[in-house]
Amino acid sequence: MNDVDEVMTRAHHDEWARVVAALTRRFGDLDIAEEAAAEAFTTAVERWRADGPPPNPGAWLTTTANRKAIDRIRRENKRDDKHKEAQMLHDDIPAEPLGAIDDDRLRLIFTCCHPALAVEARVALTLRMVGGLTVPEIARAFLVRPATMEQRITRAKAKIKAAGIPYRMPAADDLPARVCGVLAVLFLVFNEGYLASGPDTDPLRHDLTCEAIRLTRLIRALLPQDGEVAGLLALMLLTEARRPARISAGGELVALHEQDRGAWDAALIAEGHRLVRERLAAAAAGAAPGRYQILAAINAVHTSARDIRDTDWSQVLALYDQLVRLDPSPIIALNRAIAVAELDGPEVALAIVDRLAEALAGYHAYHATRADLLRRLGRSRHSRAAYDRAIELAGNTGEIAYLTRRRAQLR
Amino acid sequence: MRYLVSVIDDKSDPGSTDRRPAISAFNERLIAEGYWVFSGGLADPDVATVVDNRDERAVFSDGPFLESKEYLAGVWVWEAPDLDVALKLAAEASKVCDRKIEVRPFQ
Repeated sequence: MNDVDEVMTRAHHDEWARVVAALTRRFGDLDIAEEAAAEAFTTAVERWRADGPPPNPGAWLTTTANRKAIDRIRRENKRDDKHKEAQMLHDDIPAEPLGAIDDDRLRLIFTCCHPALAVEARVALTLRMVGGLTVPEIARAFLVRPATMEQRITRAKAKIKAAGIPYRMPAADDLPARVCGVLAVLFLVFNEGYLASGPDTDPLRHDLTCEAIRLTRLIRALLPQDGEVAGLLALMLLTEARRPARISAGGELVALHEQDRGAWDAALIAEGHRLVRERLAAAAAGAAPGRYQILAAINAVHTSARDIRDTDWSQVLALYDQLVRLDPSPIIALNRAIAVAELDGPEVALAIVDRLAEALAGYHAYHATRADLLRRLGRSRHSRAAYDRAIELAGNTGEIAYLTRRRAQLR
Repeated sequence: MRYLVSVIDDKSDPGSTDRRPAISAFNERLIAEGYWVFSGGLADPDVATVVDNRDERAVFSDGPFLESKEYLAGVWVWEAPDLDVALKLAAEASKVCDRKIEVRPFQ
């Protein structure tokens, strides 16, 4: 990569959301903001290559995008609405000074993650408008045709406009629920990257996990006091840290107990642990931790052990007990059972897992967990049947390879 | 923005029938706070008549244009600054009416 490309990539990362957000506030229209921002970045590629990058790329991009937007509005308003055009042209007032929490980009995120939009639309819109991914990139990530993704995004933008979804910070009493909704979208993006589905995708989609982390960092910078934001960021960092060890050279998923812990990313782990410690201090001071904080703490325990045998399973179980009280879902109960197996043995764990049969019959991890417990109990025939079912239901190529190998080890 | 707020009832799982006083009180609040434009409860969909005069002569048919388990039991028209305000009110309306609520903007 040459210098200009590097400046360009960084500008895209740092400035895209800012430019789209500022334009949306000024022109009150996501379409205009998105198109003008895209045009400005295209122009930047040409101009910066020819003349070298400007001293302040962010300001250059904002000014250029503003001009593109006004050009476009002028073209569209030729026939009517001269008055509105005049207003646009005179509105050169810079953004009013904003409080710490009231950033244009936050408004943009809350708009894209609005609960009145379908979940897939929230994910797509957030990646496009806030993350700056192109429509084909998003389509590829979620295994749909670009035309389908384009339609999804267009429909979402049309609803925002027609239904009057506001471009502003949620009311204070709505804020916790709305932040929770934003985090759910980011976690969904991260998980799709972490355990990508589909026969033709790489088992790990580094681009998606990176994007999710980048956006969560942004939210963290904008809402530094929010414990769940810190928790989700820590959870993502501690999960991402294990990525280098998670897929074998042969493309097979490597389970936690077999991973080369020396390959874990020490810097990400250190950052994740710092965040977890920050939240532990807050919890000691009386702040009740939410689910992301507890999940991050569980991952902190795992990443603190230099060897699987050093894992503090009683600590893991205590955290799962806390999580179950908060979220009594069968999936949490399943993960808790894995910790139970380490402390009380596979037989006790299997009894817990079997009680989840009805709720999780269609979930591959349920069958994979059962298969492993049955294998440890020497019940090979039952174990094999459970592996069969898990392989049938698993969508991730690396995971299928792992389960197939485990099944082949049974005698 | 102006919103059509529909109260949806379900024939197989109808909402409770004692909601009138609560709805009246809620309407008074909507009026006092400036959101209320119009409201009305509807008679059973069975007594509706569909009229089609697109061809030479008007054809009348008995019953609603759409037979379904769920049906429109009443409507409001609200004036609200944005969807967040409308959705907040709709969440209250759902409790007050003991029924589902659809919020749909006017063009």
